[in-house]
Amino acid sequence: MIPPQFDYHAPGSLDEALGLLGSLDDPKVMSGGQSLLPMLKLRLASPANIVDIGRIPGLDTLAEEDGFLRIGALVTETQLEQSALVALAYPILLDTAKVIADPLVRNRATICGNIAHGDPANDHPATMLALGAQLVATGPDGARTIDIDDFFFGLFMTLLGEDEILTEIRIPAPAPASGGAYVKLERKVGDYAVAGSAVQLSLARDGTVASAGIGLTNLGITPIRATAAEDALTGQAPGDDTIAAAAQAAADATEPIPDRRGSIEYKQNMARVLTARAIRKALARAGG
Amino acid sequence: MAPRTSAKICGMGHSMKRKEDPRFLQGKGNYIDDFTLPGMLWLDIVRSPIAYGKIKNIDSSKALEIPGVLAVLTGKDLEAYGLHWMPTLMSDTQMVLPTDTVMYQAQEVAGVIATSRYAAADGVAAVEVDYEPLKPVIDPFKALEDDAPVLRTDKEGKTDNHIWHWEAGDKEATDRIFEEADVVVREKMHVPRIHVASIETCGCLADFNPVEGHLTVYMTTQAPHAIRTVLALVAGHVGLSEEKIRVVSPDIGGGFGGKVPVYPGYVVAIAASVVLGKPVKWIEDRMENLQADSFARDYHMDAEIAANADGKIRALRIKTIADHGYSDAQAAPSKWPAGLFSICTGSYDMEQAYAEVDAVYTNKPPGGVAYRCSFRVTEAVHCMERVVDTLAHKVGKDPAQLREENFIPKEAFPYQSPLGWEYDSGDYQAAMDKAKEMIGYDELRAEQAEKRARGELMGIGVCSFTEVLGAGPSKDFDILGIKMFDSAEVRVHPTGKAIARFGTKSQGQGHETTYAQIIAEELGLPAAHVQVEEGDTDTAPYGLGTYASRSTPTAGAAGAMAARQIRDKAAKIAAHLLEVSEEDLDWEPGTFSVKGAPDKSVSIQDCAFAAYTNMPPGMEPGLEATNYYDPPNLTFPFGTYICVVDIDRGTGEVTVRRFVAVDDCGNIINPMIVQGQIHGGLTQGIGPALYEEIPYDEDGNNLAGSFMDYLVPTAVETPAWETGHTVTPSPHHPLGAKGVGESATVGAPPAIANAVVDALAHLGVTHVEIPIRPDRVWEILREKGVAE
Amino acid sequence: MATHNINVTVNGEAHAAAVDSRLLLVHLIRDDLALTGTHIGCDTTHCGACTVLMDGVPVKSCTVLAVQADGAEIGTVEGLAGADGMTPLQEGFQEEHGLQCGFCTPGMLMTGTALLESNPNPSEAEIREAISGNLCRCTGYVNIVKAVEYAAAKTGEGD
Repeated sequence: MIPPQFDYHAPGSLDEALGLLGSLDDPKVMSGGQSLLPMLKLRLASPANIVDIGRIPGLDTLAEEDGFLRIGALVTETQLEQSALVALAYPILLDTAKVIADPLVRNRATICGNIAHGDPANDHPATMLALGAQLVATGPDGARTIDIDDFFFGLFMTLLGEDEILTEIRIPAPAPASGGAYVKLERKVGDYAVAGSAVQLSLARDGTVASAGIGLTNLGITPIRATAAEDALTGQAPGDDTIAAAAQAAADATEPIPDRRGSIEYKQNMARVLTARAIRKALARAGG
Repeated sequence: MAPRTSAKICGMGHSMKRKEDPRFLQGKGNYIDDFTLPGMLWLDIVRSPIAYGKIKNIDSSKALEIPGVLAVLTGKDLEAYGLHWMPTLMSDTQMVLPTDTVMYQAQEVAGVIATSRYAAADGVAAVEVDYEPLKPVIDPFKALEDDAPVLRTDKEGKTDNHIWHWEAGDKEATDRIFEEADVVVREKMHVPRIHVASIETCGCLADFNPVEGHLTVYMTTQAPHAIRTVLALVAGHVGLSEEKIRVVSPDIGGGFGGKVPVYPGYVVAIAASVVLGKPVKWIEDRMENLQADSFARDYHMDAEIAANADGKIRALRIKTIADHGYSDAQAAPSKWPAGLFSICTGSYDMEQAYAEVDAVYTNKPPGGVAYRCSFRVTEAVHCMERVVDTLAHKVGKDPAQLREENFIPKEAFPYQSPLGWEYDSGDYQAAMDKAKEMIGYDELRAEQAEKRARGELMGIGVCSFTEVLGAGPSKDFDILGIKMFDSAEVRVHPTGKAIARFGTKSQGQGHETTYAQIIAEELGLPAAHVQVEEGDTDTAPYGLGTYASRSTPTAGAAGAMAARQIRDKAAKIAAHLLEVSEEDLDWEPGTFSVKGAPDKSVSIQDCAFAAYTNMPPGMEPGLEATNYYDPPNLTFPFGTYICVVDIDRGTGEVTVRRFVAVDDCGNIINPMIVQGQIHGGLTQGIGPALYEEIPYDEDGNNLAGSFMDYLVPTAVETPAWETGHTVTPSPHHPLGAKGVGESATVGAPPAIANAVVDALAHLGVTHVEIPIRPDRVWEILREKGVAE
Repeated sequence: MATHNINVTVNGEAHAAAVDSRLLLVHLIRDDLALTGTHIGCDTTHCGACTVLMDGVPVKSCTVLAVQADGAEIGTVEGLAGADGMTPLQEGFQEEHGLQCGFCTPGMLMTGTALLESNPNPSEAEIREAISGNLCRCTGYVNIVKAVEYAAAKTGEGD
C-alpha cells in the first residue's frame, strides 16, 4: 500500500504553517499522522500538499491554567496516559486515551488530531462533549474558540476551516466532587467502538447530581451529546431508577448505522448499557 | 519419558533451544521481500472491484505514461502464450488473468510492471477498466437452485453450479438406526470462511535467464518441489522444462496452509520475468492477501446423532454444502475432495455413520486451503463435538461424562471406524482425566451452579477430539498423481558433522532444530552438529512439503530411516575398526562397543572418519543415505480441551477465563516446540471461535478485507493457555511420533463454543454459531429475557 | 514531487538520504538502507511488524513518513545485539520459545525493549497491553510474555 504523490512541508512556526495553508493548493494538516497516513496508503485521501505541524514549537502544552486544562495540538495519547495531572483530575481522559488504537499508535497519535479528523468512531469527541471542552482554531485572522457542541456537523465534517489549525483544546477544570468515566465496547484491542459512552458529572453536597455531561461514540454520523440523559440525571439522587432512565435516554438519542459491529437495536442497547456503567463509574470517582 | 540421549547429543525429548532463532532475533532472516536482484522490477496487480461482471475494456495508456511503468499485462497478453488459465490442485481450472469475465471481488485483472514499488502502485491506480456488472451468486444454497445462473460457462456442458458429490459410510444401515433409535438430536451449523492471515503475506521474485532458459523463483511456498512440477506442467509448452526450473522457498513468515496453492500473482510475475527478461518481484499487501488468496473452511453442515435413551451413540449422519467460490482450488489430496472429513465420528465408538458433502461454485475467491488442519478435519471435529454436546443436553448428562461413556476404549485400538479409518492408537480417558484434574472440573461445576443461582452466566466447555494426519500412504494419497511420501537425505562428513536435507519446508515449526534432534537420536551425533536444509529444489530431495501436520509423520520418519541406514553402515565400519563381527557390537547413541568389553569402543565420529579414510575392504566410501518414506498409515493424535467462559449479560461479550489443553501426539521430539505449537494452534482456534470471519454481502463485497475487520486476536484477548500431555506412541511411526501442529486449531473452537452454549444451556440454548460475536450472544440473551 | 534531503541516525550510524515526500519510513529502512529485519505485515497500522524506535519511542514505521524522521535516532532490530551478544530480551525470546516463524519478532523486540526501558518490572497484564499493537500468528503470546519476564528478571539480577 503506497500513498499517492504529494508535497510535504514542515513549517517551523505557526505563522509559517498558516501561510502555507493559505497559499498551497489543496493542503492537509498533519500532526501525528496516525489517521491521515493510513487513509493515504489506502488512497482514500489524496491531498496535493501535506503541512506537517509536528515541528512547530509551543504546541505541546499539557497543563492546567486559568481554570482550564490546556491540551496543545501536538500532545500525544501517550502523554495523556503518562500525565499525573490527568490521572488525578481527569480520569475520563485517561480512560479514553487507553482504549484508542494500540500503544504504538498512541505514541504518535494526537488528541487534537482525534478531534479534528471528525470521525464519529473516534473516542475523544464523546469525552470532550462530556467535559464541555472548547476548541481553539487558529487561522489567518487569529484564534477563535469553538464550543465542542458546535464543532461536528456531519460525517467527517467539522467547523474547522481549511486554512485553520486546531491548536488547542481547553477543558474546564472540574468542580469539586466531580468524576468522569469513558466506557467503550470494542471487538478487540485496536478496534473502533461498537459503542462508547463518556460521562462527566459533579455532585452537590446533598448527593444529588449537580451537573452532567454525556457524550456518545460511533452511534450516529457525528459524536452525540445525550442531552435528555444529562437532564435525567441533573438534580436527581443517582439511584438505580435514575441511572436506568438516563441510560435509556442516552440510547434514545442515538441513530446508529448497522454494520459488522451489530444491528441498530444492539448498538442502541449498548448505548444504554455502557452509559449506565459509565455513570456508575463516574459516580464512584466523584465520591458518590 | 526421559530422553535416551545426553544433553550434549540432544536427541528426542530434549527441549533444545532453536537453531533458527539467532538469525530471526537479530534481523537476519531471509524472507521473500528481503531478496533483491540487480535490475529487479516490481509487479503490482489491478484487481476487480466487483464480484461478477464482463470486462468491456482495459485502458492502460495512462498507466504507461507514468515514469517507471514499463508494461501492463492482461489476460489477452497471457492468452497468446496459453497461460491465462491454470489448473488447480483439485483438477479444476482457475484464471491467471481474465480475458473477458471477472468472477470475484479482488480478482486479478492486470499486472503492472515498473521499476519501483511506488511506480507500480501508481500504475495500478491509473489502469482504467470498464466493467459490465452481473448479478453475483453469493449464497451457496441459492447457487444450487434450478434457476441459478450457471457461473462456470467456460466449462463445456456445465448446466449447474454443483462441483462434486462425496460420501462415505453405509447410508441405508445408518438410516435404519435413525428410524429405530430412542433419541435423535440435530444441529445445523456453519463453519465460516476464514483466512490464515499469516503475518507475512505471499510473494515471489521470479528470475528468468533468457540466455540459458533457466528460471529461478524465490517464493513463499510450503511445497517447493510440487510447485516446480506444477510450473513445468503449466509452462512446459512455452519452454520451461523442469530441469531448468529452480524453486527456492526462503524463510517463511507463517504459512498455515495459505502458502500451498499457486496464486495468479506468482504466475504473472513469472510471465513478466520471461517476457521482459528481468527479475520481477511481487509482494501482495494485506488486503490482497485477505481478499483474494485461498480462504479456509466455509462448510454448512447439518448433523444428527442417533442414540439410546442413556446417551450411548449409535450412529452419525451429516449432510454438508461446501462453498468453494468460483473454482475448487483446495489444496487437498486428489482422491479426497472433502479432505479427511470422514474423521467426523471422532473419539466415539458407534455402529454406523454416513457423511456427504456437495461442493458448490459461487462468486467468491477460490479455495479452500487446509488452514492448520489436515484437510477438513476442523469442520468435522467442530460438527461432531458440537452435536455431542446437544446429545448430552438432551439426555441430561454432563458433557464430559457422556463423552467418557462413548469413548473408543483403549483396548479397542487399532480401531476400525465406521467411515473406514484404522485409528493407530489412543487412550482417550487418560487425556480426559488429566484435563479434568488440571482445570478442577468438579469444583467448576459447583461454582457454575452457584453463579447460575445468582443470575451470572458462566460456562464450561469440553472437547475430546481425534485428529487424523500425516498424509500419507501412497495407496490412498496423491497430489496431481504424485504420491504423498516425503524424503530426507543425510550426509555425514569426515569430521563427524552432518547435513540433512528434507522435502518439507518449515514456516516456523522449527524443523532446523527438530529434524536435527531426530538425526541425533538415531545417530548419536550432537544435534548441534547437524545442519538442516529445506526449500531449495536444486539441493533438497523431492518431497510434498509441509502442511496438514505431515512433516514429522513423513519427512521426520524419512530422516529417522535414513539415519538408521547410515547407522547400519557405521556398524560395519565399527566392526572393521574394532576387529570384531557386527553381531558382537552394542549400540548406545553415539558409540559402538564390543559386547562384554565396553571399554573397547568407537564413536560414530570415528566411524565417519573411517568411512572416508579407512573403510573396510570392498565397502563403498562415504557415509550418507536417502530415504523416501511412504507411511503405512496415518497417525491419530487426540486430546481433551476444557475451557471456562464468562458472559457479560450487558454486552454479550465472552471472556475465556481459563483454557486447559491436554494433547497426546505420541512420542515427543522437542517438548518446548510441541508446547509452542499448541499455544499457537489454540490462538488460531480462539480466533474463529470468537473473532475471525470473512463474510460477504449480497453483492459479493468482502466485509472483512483488512485487519480493521479481520480480527486477529492480540495478546489482550488471548488467554494464558494451560497445557498438559499424555503419551500414547504411534505403533507404526519409526519414532512413535504422531504430529501436533494442528490439533489445537481443530480442538479449540468447539471447546469454546461448547462453553458458551453450556453457559446458556439452562435457558434452552443448544447451539451458537461461530464466530461468537458479542452481538450474536446478546440477541440470545435478549430473546431469553436475561440481557442486562 | 519534492525531494527532501534528510539526515537520520540508524542504530548509531548517520545516514543522509534524498527522499520523496511520500516515502514511508519502513521503505527507507528496508529498501534504501537494506536493513530488512524490519518487516511489513499489513496496510492499516494494525500488525506492528514494522515497529522501530524513533528517538527511543516505539512507532509503526509504515505509518511514519521518512521525511518525518529527519533528525531522528532510529533503532531497528539489527541494532539490538552488541559486542556482548544478544540483549537479555533477545535471549529471553530464545530461552522461552517466544518466536516461531520470526516475522513479527523484530517488532515485538522493539516494543518489548521500549517497555522494559520505561517499566523494568512489568506485570503480565502490562506486558500484554504493551504488545497489543503487535500481532503474532504463531506463538499464542504466552511465551512472548515469558520472554519479556525473563529479560526483566535477568536485567534485575544485574542491578
